[in-house]
Amino acid sequence: MILVRIAIQTFGLALGQIWANKVRSLLTTLGVIIGVASVVAVIAALQGLRATVLQEFEKLGAKRVYIDGTLPRSQWHSGRWRDVQLKIDEVKAIRDRCESITSITPEWWGSYAVEYGDRKVAAAQTVGIWPTWHDIVGRQVIQGRPFTAIDDSERLFVCLINDKAIEELDLPREPVGEFILLAGRRFKVVGVVETVQLALFGGGDTSTEVFVPFGTAQVLNPDGWINDAWGSLASPDKVGDAKAEIGFVLSKMRNLRGGDEPTYQIEVLQQFIDQFNAMAAGITAGAGGIVGISLLVGGIGIMNIMLVSVSERTREIGLRKAIGARPMVVMIQFLVEAVTLCLAGGAIGLGVGQGLIMAIKAIPDSPLKDASVPAWAVLLAVGFSAGTGVIFGMFPAIKASRLDPIEALRHE
Amino acid sequence: MTIRIRELSKVYKLGVERVHALRGVDLDIGKNEFVAIMGASGSGKSTLMNVLGCLDRPSRGVYELNGKPTHRMGAAQLARIRNEEIGFIFQSFELLNRATALKNVMLPMIYSRRHWRSARKRAKAALDRVGLADRMSHKPNQLSGGQRQRVAVARALVNEPSILLADEPTGNLDSVTTHEIIELFRQLHREGQTIVIVTHEEEVAANADRIVRLRDGRVLSDHPTAEDPIHRRWLAGAAAAAAEAALKEGLAEGAPA
Repeated sequence: MILVRIAIQTFGLALGQIWANKVRSLLTTLGVIIGVASVVAVIAALQGLRATVLQEFEKLGAKRVYIDGTLPRSQWHSGRWRDVQLKIDEVKAIRDRCESITSITPEWWGSYAVEYGDRKVAAAQTVGIWPTWHDIVGRQVIQGRPFTAIDDSERLFVCLINDKAIEELDLPREPVGEFILLAGRRFKVVGVVETVQLALFGGGDTSTEVFVPFGTAQVLNPDGWINDAWGSLASPDKVGDAKAEIGFVLSKMRNLRGGDEPTYQIEVLQQFIDQFNAMAAGITAGAGGIVGISLLVGGIGIMNIMLVSVSERTREIGLRKAIGARPMVVMIQFLVEAVTLCLAGGAIGLGVGQGLIMAIKAIPDSPLKDASVPAWAVLLAVGFSAGTGVIFGMFPAIKASRLDPIEALRHE
Repeated sequence: MTIRIRELSKVYKLGVERVHALRGVDLDIGKNEFVAIMGASGSGKSTLMNVLGCLDRPSRGVYELNGKPTHRMGAAQLARIRNEEIGFIFQSFELLNRATALKNVMLPMIYSRRHWRSARKRAKAALDRVGLADRMSHKPNQLSGGQRQRVAVARALVNEPSILLADEPTGNLDSVTTHEIIELFRQLHREGQTIVIVTHEEEVAANADRIVRLRDGRVLSDHPTAEDPIHRRWLAGAAAAAAEAALKEGLAEGAPA
């Protein structure tokens, strides 16, 4: 109780002293200022960089999850691939039960002849999809309409095509409403799917593509199976959750026990995120080194000034003890002074760091335009500076608390 | 009995040498006494003062303050005794130069459990008691030596100590202010305050009820002031000197006649 009161009173007095000796205090806390400013700036910059990089990944499909059935290597001779392929019930179960997956579509792959008038493509890539496919894969319908639930449930003979198909089949530039023959059956073209050129993930020459509702695809080939499924994550950092949830659902439905090898695989564009995180960790470690050194130097500065202060105020310490200050109280007093000094430095450092970040953000086209100082970095900076004060203020404070009052009062 | 001291000794180690500062002192001081402790330097009076003030612990012997055995107490307990039972007055005042008179007087109450809520009120009352009601917001460098010592007295009084310990309180003061401070002590004594004062000036000791003289760490004599032989001799000498001075003055005045 008495210690808390003393600490609060001393804090106020110490602030007054810092204000009264502005230049000296500034120079003393320079190390702490630099340390805190750099830690704040680096954290904010990394946050900004991270936001930018994740946005890029999102465009490329960092939110996409790829799921398919696979035969573990040990079962290649005994098992059948057909048995481990995804079932439509499994895809629906993932859709309904995995919270980190916002939407999902199965993919059914085939290759059929397509005809329009006298033009024919012998083996056109044919994919059975759910309407969610466009958002998940990032290829929208640019003409006409996407499939509807009715297309799927009624197994209607409707299809979407791509630009390459229009070109190969010599369809009108606006092909919606035309009829084409797919595997010898009459399909109505209801829309055109955009062709996306991606530098990193898939590209080059596109082929003739025809999309049909997933339900309809099963009419084309009742023996066909679901090749794979694409899911969309709630956010790119939910990868771990998604893998765990999907794994749980599939293992349960496939009656896999703890030690069994999974008969499915879940892939994400995780490696890029991992690489980025590794790089960020490297930068953080490097910055941590700088911060550590400057806080060490700053701390030594604080210790020095506190030792000078103890020596200058020996008589005062003697008097305080003579009129009843316990050793612990004297220690707390000096410790609070050191911590206050460091906190003042930390506050200035926060300001400087904020200024640095604003300067960086002002650079046009900066990849760090989203940089901002998060609340936890502020707390970290405050914690670091207070910690420096405690660690480096401890020795002078103990020295003060151990002074013999008689000796101290005789000190010149 | 406010102070009860038995067989008190204090040994210092100075390198390999052992210095016997006190060698078995017995001393009782009652409530509302005004005692002067006198002795040449090296007689042990400063050591006795430090022990009385609980700044130092005896090597052997008993020191009870208001019945509490302080010789058995640890550092934190002694600090509390110093805070609540003892008021110190030092030769060089020991005021904090950064702080106003009022803040200086409030200082002991910062370390007190009893009075910190009423610290300001009590400090004002104490300053009023020593006649500095109009100097509360002055800093020590804006005050005269006598005023500074009054601030120190107010600081010593503010926690209502059972004893007031003054170590050469007039050592840094001129004769006019010495008189002022002595008057203040007499007034406090009349109001019931127990006072122990260390001094080497018979003039100052003359105001005490009782003089304890130390030599080589032992009590040499302990008499009421009026019966103390050394003091009586000094009084006689002073009276003779005064008479001589008066005579000279009288002769000088009488000469033209």
